[in-house]
Amino acid sequence: MIITVASGKGGTGKTTIAVNLALSIGNANILDCDVEEPNVHTLLKPRKIATEDVLLPTPVVDHGKCSLCGKCGEFCEFNAIFVGKKKVVVYPEICHSCGGCRLVCPEKAIEEEGRTIGKIHQTHVKAIHLVYGELKIGEPLATPIIKAVKKQIEPKKINILDAPPGTACPVIETMEKSDFLMLVTEPTPFGLHDLAMAVDVVKQLGIPHGVVVNRAGIGDNAVQEYCKEMDIPILLEIPFDREIAEFYSRGVPFVEEMPEWKEQFLELFENAKEIMRNDS
Amino acid sequence: MSKICVTSTGKTLEAQIDPRFGRCAYFVIVDPNTMEFEAISNTAVGASGGAGIQAAQAVSGKNIEAVVTGSVGPNAYSALASSDIKIMTGASGTVKSAVEMYKANKLSEITTPGPSHMGMRGGGGRRDGRGRGQGGRGGWG
Repeated sequence: MIITVASGKGGTGKTTIAVNLALSIGNANILDCDVEEPNVHTLLKPRKIATEDVLLPTPVVDHGKCSLCGKCGEFCEFNAIFVGKKKVVVYPEICHSCGGCRLVCPEKAIEEEGRTIGKIHQTHVKAIHLVYGELKIGEPLATPIIKAVKKQIEPKKINILDAPPGTACPVIETMEKSDFLMLVTEPTPFGLHDLAMAVDVVKQLGIPHGVVVNRAGIGDNAVQEYCKEMDIPILLEIPFDREIAEFYSRGVPFVEEMPEWKEQFLELFENAKEIMRNDS
Repeated sequence: MSKICVTSTGKTLEAQIDPRFGRCAYFVIVDPNTMEFEAISNTAVGASGGAGIQAAQAVSGKNIEAVVTGSVGPNAYSALASSDIKIMTGASGTVKSAVEMYKANKLSEITTPGPSHMGMRGGGGRRDGRGRGQGGRGGWG
C-alpha cells in the first residue's frame, strides 16, 4: 500500500503528518521524496545510514568517430547537445537521459556514462524503514532521484511517501502509483489557494484522496467550505496547539509525547483505507 | 572578412539590437563589407531550456566570425567558443550602428560568460512553479 502525503503549499506540515502517521502505525516504510530538501530524518534522528549514489546515463562523444553530422543535436528535444564546426559539446545538466542521441548517431560515436546527480540514504529507526533522496546541489532534475527512492517501496508493506510541495514534475512523480493521497493544508487563503491547485492535479491522476487540516483554528473556514463543495473528505484536523508547536520546534514527533494522538492517526489511517476500499 | 551575427529586436539593419543572445527576437547576419544581410527569427525564444545552446546552433552554421550581443550565458558561451566564434559586446542602437562599431574595432570581446538565464529574467519568460529548486531551467522537471 502506498500513501502519499502531499500539499500545494510548502510548510503546511506534510513531514509532520507523514512521520507521526508512520510512528503511529509502527511497522511502516517512510520514503522522503522531497529530494531538494529532505527532512524526515531530522524528526526521526537515525544513527546508522547507508548511502549510495544515484547515477544518470549521460552521452559521451568519441570525437575520433564523430563526423559532425548534427543528427544528435537535431534529435535532442532539450538542447543538451551543440554540434559545432569543430566538435560536439554535451551539456550534462540539461540532458534528460533519454538515450536518443546514441540511437540516432550513424557513426556509433556516442556512449553513455553514469553521472552522479545525488544520493539515496536508507536507515532504520524503531520499526520504521526510512529512505530519503538527496539531489546534488546545482542539479536541476529531481525526478530521477525520486524514482530511485521509490524503487525501495515494498508493496506488501505500508509505504508512506512524503512529497515535495507544489504541483510540478517532482510532485507528479511522487504521486504516481499511490493508492491514496493525503493533502495537507492550513486554513488560510494561502493554504486554500494551493490546496485547490493540488486538487486539480489529483483529480487528473484519479487517485483517492482526502484532506488533513493542520493548524486548525487559525485563519478562516474557507478550506472546510471548499472541501464540502468539492466533496473531499476532511480526514483529520490538528489544532493550532501550543504543546504540539513546542514539540515541533524541538524536532520531536508529537505522537511520541502525546499518545492520545496515536489513536487519531490510526483513525486517519483507517479512514484512508475505508476510502480506498470504497473507491476500488 | 566573413559575416557577423547581431542579436536584434527586428528584421532589418535599422532595428534596435537585442541585448540578449539566447532569447533575442532575431539574428541579423551581416556581411560587414557589403552590408548585405539576412534575418533569421530565433526559434529558441520559446525554448523551455537550453535556449542559448539552440541559438548558438542556429547561428554557428552561418559562417560567422563573431556574434554582437549584450551578454551570453555559460552554455551559449562554451558553444560559441568551441566553434571559434567571438562574442562582442558594447554596441548600442541599431544593427547597422553595431556593425559599424564592430568594423571600427569599438566593441570589446567577452571572454567570460555572464550569469545563467539573464534573458529569462529580463524577458519575464520564466515559469515559476514553486519559487524554489529547478535552477530556473523550467522545462520538464
